[in-house]
Amino acid sequence: MADGPVAELLLRRLEAADGGLDSAELAAELGVEHQAVVGAVKSLQALGEVIEAELRSTKRWELTAEGEDIAREGSHEARVFRSVPPEGLAQSELMRLPSGKVGFSKAMSNKWIRVDKSAADGPRVFRVVDSMEDEVQRRLQLVQGGQAEKLGEKEKSELRKRKLLTEVTLKTYWVSKGSAFSTSISKQETELSPEMISSGSWRDRPFKSYNFAARGVLPDSGHLHPLLKVRSQFRQIFLEMGFTEMPTDNFIESSFWNFDALFQPQQHPARDQHDTFFLQDPAEALQLPMDYVQRVKRTHSQGGYGSQGYKYNWKLDEARKNLLRTHTTSASARALYRLAQKKPFTPAKYFSIDRVFRNETLDATHLAEFHQIEGVVADHGLTLGHLMGVLREFFTKLGITQLRFKPAYNPYTEPSMEVFSYHQGLKKWVEVGNSGIFRPEMLLPMGLPENVSVIAWGLSLERPTMIKYGINNIRELVGHKVNLQMVYDSPLCRLDTEPRPAQTQVAA
Amino acid sequence: MPTVSVKRDLLFRALGRTYTDEEFDELCFEFGLELDEITSEKEIISKEQGNVKAQGASDVVLYKIDVPANRYDLLCLEGLVRGLQVFKERIKAPVYKRLMPNGKIQKLIITEETAKVRPFAVAAVLRNIKFTKDRYDSFIELQEKLHQNICRKRALVAIGTHDLDTLSGPFTYTAKRPSDIKFKPLNRTKEYTACELMKIYKTDNHLKHYLHIIENKPLYPVIYDSNGVVLSMPPIINGDHSKITVNTRNVFIECTGTDFTKAKIVLDIIVTMFSEYCEKQFTVEAAEVVFPNGKSHTFPELAYRKEMVRADLINKKVGIRETPENLAKLLTRMYLKSEVIGDGNQIEIEIPPTRADIIHACDIVEDAAIAYGYNNIQMTLPKTYTIANQFPLNKLTELLRHDMAAAGFTEALTFALCSQEDIADKLGLDISATKAVHISNPKTAEFQVARTTLLPGLLKTIAANRKMPLPLKLFEISDIVVKDSSRDVGAKNYRHLCAVYYNKNPGFEIIHGLLDRIMQLLDVHPGEDKGGYVIKASEGPTFFPGRCAEIFARGQSIGKLGVLHPDVITKFELTMPCSSLEINIEPFL
Repeated sequence: MADGPVAELLLRRLEAADGGLDSAELAAELGVEHQAVVGAVKSLQALGEVIEAELRSTKRWELTAEGEDIAREGSHEARVFRSVPPEGLAQSELMRLPSGKVGFSKAMSNKWIRVDKSAADGPRVFRVVDSMEDEVQRRLQLVQGGQAEKLGEKEKSELRKRKLLTEVTLKTYWVSKGSAFSTSISKQETELSPEMISSGSWRDRPFKSYNFAARGVLPDSGHLHPLLKVRSQFRQIFLEMGFTEMPTDNFIESSFWNFDALFQPQQHPARDQHDTFFLQDPAEALQLPMDYVQRVKRTHSQGGYGSQGYKYNWKLDEARKNLLRTHTTSASARALYRLAQKKPFTPAKYFSIDRVFRNETLDATHLAEFHQIEGVVADHGLTLGHLMGVLREFFTKLGITQLRFKPAYNPYTEPSMEVFSYHQGLKKWVEVGNSGIFRPEMLLPMGLPENVSVIAWGLSLERPTMIKYGINNIRELVGHKVNLQMVYDSPLCRLDTEPRPAQTQVAA
Repeated sequence: MPTVSVKRDLLFRALGRTYTDEEFDELCFEFGLELDEITSEKEIISKEQGNVKAQGASDVVLYKIDVPANRYDLLCLEGLVRGLQVFKERIKAPVYKRLMPNGKIQKLIITEETAKVRPFAVAAVLRNIKFTKDRYDSFIELQEKLHQNICRKRALVAIGTHDLDTLSGPFTYTAKRPSDIKFKPLNRTKEYTACELMKIYKTDNHLKHYLHIIENKPLYPVIYDSNGVVLSMPPIINGDHSKITVNTRNVFIECTGTDFTKAKIVLDIIVTMFSEYCEKQFTVEAAEVVFPNGKSHTFPELAYRKEMVRADLINKKVGIRETPENLAKLLTRMYLKSEVIGDGNQIEIEIPPTRADIIHACDIVEDAAIAYGYNNIQMTLPKTYTIANQFPLNKLTELLRHDMAAAGFTEALTFALCSQEDIADKLGLDISATKAVHISNPKTAEFQVARTTLLPGLLKTIAANRKMPLPLKLFEISDIVVKDSSRDVGAKNYRHLCAVYYNKNPGFEIIHGLLDRIMQLLDVHPGEDKGGYVIKASEGPTFFPGRCAEIFARGQSIGKLGVLHPDVITKFELTMPCSSLEINIEPFL
């Protein structure tokens, strides 16, 4: 069975034709729309090598709808001329005719008619000549008859300006026999249907081949935010390592928990208005654990627990000041304080990932709020070597294996170490985190036993995410200026399967 | 972290050897410093002001070195070199000595008027010092670094250094009415009253930052010599009369402040660093300070303190096994002269006046670890056995966000801080009705309040993504903050879930369907009974009249859903209809 009547006819004609045939000519011969022939050509092409078709484009002049009207009825000016009787016609009456307005001025400039303005009942139109030649109609009829070439370029362009003629590009096919030419082509099925399955007809049918180079249709779906996908992975890593998640759902914190409890002195630059968002309302914390506050006060102002202290006048008012927490270490302090109240002491591993706030100058990598990742281990006899061991395991899970540690200063950890990893792309060591052992001046006032050490480390969530997803401007990632297309397109977050160049580390 | 800029060649000369940039970087890393930048004056000027201005500037190579914020003894070339040379065991740490003068001791008398403005002062004399241009520059630069760091921009301590040979003691530190203070300030040609100076310095890019410290005080601090010559009006400016030059041989140093401990530390640091250039190296001439109560003290303190730490404590804290002798050696390399005493396990450590950062045994442990080399420490895993638990609210959030995405909504991540307008005016609400927490020192309107609803953030996300194909379906599960006097800090977070649908039609049924789906996920069935959920017609300025409902679940109101009011849509610079849903998920824990 041939693929529709036109395709069948096309194949028969092609069999008889010498060399090939033109699709437009065929359409004229068959008396069908050219589009129908084009459809047949395309469906035959899809079958493979049955026919060969070469696209050719030819330009052709065609009449517009108005042009067709004129070819049939005569030009507007001719129509005006004909409606003027020998005794003349009132101009007002002439203007009411359908062709009146356009035809009048043309007929005037052709000098076919004249106006007598002195007539008794208003201006009157008279013929100037007895007969005329309607050139416009004649030319349009020529084009209609396929003899456009008989018109000069100037004549054609004049008619085009009058919107009577347009030039159209006609795309035709030059069709010739293909290597697998045959007049008996059976139609290929596009898709398997329930009917074919039930009738079994699929066994006898050929199926159109798929274009596997084409893209599929993406599913309609929602998407998770890349930063939060990375957050999920970090949570997963901590959970795999046996760390319990700390509550961090309190953006508002007192200076006490954010600074004083961490043995950060009240004159510390971080407590400056330039670095921290303080609150106007509620400006002060309503309750503080006063017993503990007294111990913190004494440690700051006089020392104790083996410490010289900072020797300054510690003020409760300063500790009461509310702020937007500048780090999640405030939540760690609360968690450790709670742990200290439990007797006997039980070892703990904690983590948190949440927002922190800094009243900083903003740029391409700094926002006023960002996410901090923090890990804490509290146990008897923890060492710096333990801290490094835990960091090595943690960063290995992130796909980072080359680490080194630099001495650093943090107000609430001692010893402190910055963690650097070797960046293969940048060919240098970059800082990936900060860590240390919490100071005894922080832990002992809480009531933790003296031989308990607490190791801790922290890093930002944004930085590894920006590196992972290749984002340079943090605003494209976090906040309302996010590029949603980036969110739609972002791949899964698999931190440990990053394609990394082979490592050339020498085994120790 | 303070950054100290030193001339490379000068540094290498002082260190007695040269390094490649990489070698020096490595040395810094090991010691806890960071070679931040290698540059030159020319490069700095050309970067900041263009190539034209940089012409003729020096192209001597500068090392910019980041120094830990508590190591005031490393804030100048002299201190850096001394620290590194001791670390590399090329020199022994010098011992700083306070000497009584041969003649009369310089006296600084504090009057009681200073009590309300700047009560403390300490002083010392560097006798027979020999400056060169580089030494002099370093001396000035160190004062600036101290001012910016430990002195907290001169608020806690301010330093004045004077050519003692132009003055005659005893000196008086007092406080006077600004109109009664008149002197010729540093680098000016005529006398001004303190009132005039405060006006003049308002436009001085350097000094204007310090004016606030005394500006509103009735009395300003001032120091006179016995002839009534003004040494300084701390913490703003010194007098021109006693200014020091490269040729100055005898320097009188005064530090005034509101923090006595820090004033003493600052004085100790200056004299220990620069007594290197005195005729009797590392000696400082004492000065006497008489307090308003009549008691007198001698400065600088230059106190050496002894600490005892057991060797096994250091080993246990670091995770190493070194002999006490080795540990003592390591500590000595860190400028902490140590020796093994007693039962052979005790280490006696001498804390010099330059190491005010050592306030606890843990600081000593750290120095031992640094000298041992952090990267030489054996990594081990703690045996701490624990069972992990998720924070229930975060666990629920994680589960929900995955199913929200599965329901076709895309996750947004918006700011917790925003403008008052975002949470009030733009939603047709009055700010007083929001119970919002207000920030006292926002730099811009974007940080006036903590959000009380997630909706504005989502609407702003849509506004920034209007070119994206419709419909836009967004959600966020995150915290909002409201005042709550039952909490210790007077405010509380709530975990909200918000979703919006933005299209050519409002799509209320889609948002409503999403609510039904969320309730299905939370295993809450429809119905007015105690365990079920129901929505009831409601109103509010945020929503189009008649297109708003309140959501009740498990017997309490948990939020609202509806078609947004056209005014809200317009105020967020949107053009299409939009429906939204926002609920508190905490009742479902």
